[in-house]
Amino acid sequence: MNLDDMYRETILDHNQAPRHFGHMENPTQVVGMLNPTCGDQIQLELKIHDGLIEDIRFSGQGCSISMASASMMTEAVIGHPVSEALALAQNFKTFITGGTSTVPLGDLEALHGVSQFPSRVKCATLAHNALEKALTEPS
Amino acid sequence: MIPALVDLGDFPILGRPINGHRLVYLDSAATSQKPRSVIDSLIYYYETTNANVLRSVHTLAEESTVAMEAARAKIAQFINARGPEEVIFTRGTTESLNTIARAWGDKFLETGDEIVLSPMEHHSNLIPWQQLAARTGARLRYIELEPDGTIALNQVQAQLSDRTRIVTLSAVSNVLGTFNPIREVADMAHQVGAIMVVDGAQSVPHLPTDVQAMGADFLAFSGHKMLGPTGIGILWGKSSLLDAADPVVFGGEMIAYVDRESATWAELPAKFEGGTPHIAGAIGLGAAVDYLQKVGMSRIALHSQQLAEEAYRRLAAIEGITVYGPPAPRTSVVAFNVTGIHPHDVAQVFDSRGVAIRAGHHCAQPLMHLLDVGATARASFYLYNSSRDVDALIEATEETKRYFTR
Repeated sequence: MNLDDMYRETILDHNQAPRHFGHMENPTQVVGMLNPTCGDQIQLELKIHDGLIEDIRFSGQGCSISMASASMMTEAVIGHPVSEALALAQNFKTFITGGTSTVPLGDLEALHGVSQFPSRVKCATLAHNALEKALTEPS
Repeated sequence: MIPALVDLGDFPILGRPINGHRLVYLDSAATSQKPRSVIDSLIYYYETTNANVLRSVHTLAEESTVAMEAARAKIAQFINARGPEEVIFTRGTTESLNTIARAWGDKFLETGDEIVLSPMEHHSNLIPWQQLAARTGARLRYIELEPDGTIALNQVQAQLSDRTRIVTLSAVSNVLGTFNPIREVADMAHQVGAIMVVDGAQSVPHLPTDVQAMGADFLAFSGHKMLGPTGIGILWGKSSLLDAADPVVFGGEMIAYVDRESATWAELPAKFEGGTPHIAGAIGLGAAVDYLQKVGMSRIALHSQQLAEEAYRRLAAIEGITVYGPPAPRTSVVAFNVTGIHPHDVAQVFDSRGVAIRAGHHCAQPLMHLLDVGATARASFYLYNSSRDVDALIEATEETKRYFTR
């Protein structure tokens, strides 16, 4: 197992300079999610109008994999319809457990190496589980 | 230079390379590795004497019973219990503490009674009491910790009252590695008519244990953290308290007489051991006690303390490293963080170099809140570790900083 397979440059970059990190005014959805095994936590705030994700912010604390994955996810879904965002979250979870995604994943593809480290898969999926929760639960 | 206390050849797993490196096992506070003699005792049991205990008159059953009871007697002597009937086999510390809460707590606590504990407790010495409080209407009262995470007796006194029924404390913190003043707190508990429960999960593996000298009423500990198998642990209690408490697991072997409508209970220890016990585990724990006693608990105590204090000193000297709790005295565990790098990432880099540490909240979330961290890395030491392993810890820490700041 090579560390560099997991910690790709793109991941370290997102971890050091997370995109859309922080809070927004008047979100339409707010969800929090915990990873009870390691204590990682994430909060997502979204502004959704007419089925479109107009804006998204995340906050919380966690390892580089969970923070980078959250940052990459926000880039992938901002400005996209809710249906595409849901498909992305589902495909990412297939991809990170060794399967194949049927939609383009953008920077998230850099997380491919994580699939070799089963104990870290839950770090990578935390933000995506939170996104699914935000998009499927009534606000 | 502190050498290992034992021949590493006694521990087969330590010969296994990890990611191309020598295994440096620094996670004994989670579970210890097992010597050949413990592994052999399990094999011997299953290959030569396996039978259910206490039930049958055939040779195998007789031998199994004798072996399990010999282990019980050995453990009783190891902790200076007044007799083997005070030693109850459980699955581990968690089950032991839950049993105390159910067996004694449910029977004797009433609305308005108080349970005093510390915010540094492992979840296994916290949630059973939360649940007991919820069932009985009792209230939890928390001892306020000193800034360095230690316990001051005046802060204990501040939480005691004539409603205190139970005081419970870990003897050694699983995060800070600090020693808690068990004897003094036990005396204070007894003065207000409360019982003293001790979580010995991190102390019994490392320190000589004398339940009478520590003034405890109940002591809980796990076999797997002291060279024994998983799935076996001990609930020790004063026989008068165990006699007064009610059993919590009902079924085979815990009864005296049964008719269609009711039953009476067996004598100690069987009263608390419903069902077939983990016979092999009990025998394996007996073999672990033999091994520990051959090395000597006083030597182990000195060794665990010296390594933990050396690790603290050397980690604290590295720029950007925060180490939690006081530098000394401490035993066996050192929790730390590398500024700007999450402990999971720290542990991942360590693993790539064969160094096994724990990362997370260590099942002590209230303490994490007090320390104002979500998680920490934790290195823990035992009798097979040496200063060479501290060297590996320090090198891995330096490498982690380099790796994430490239």
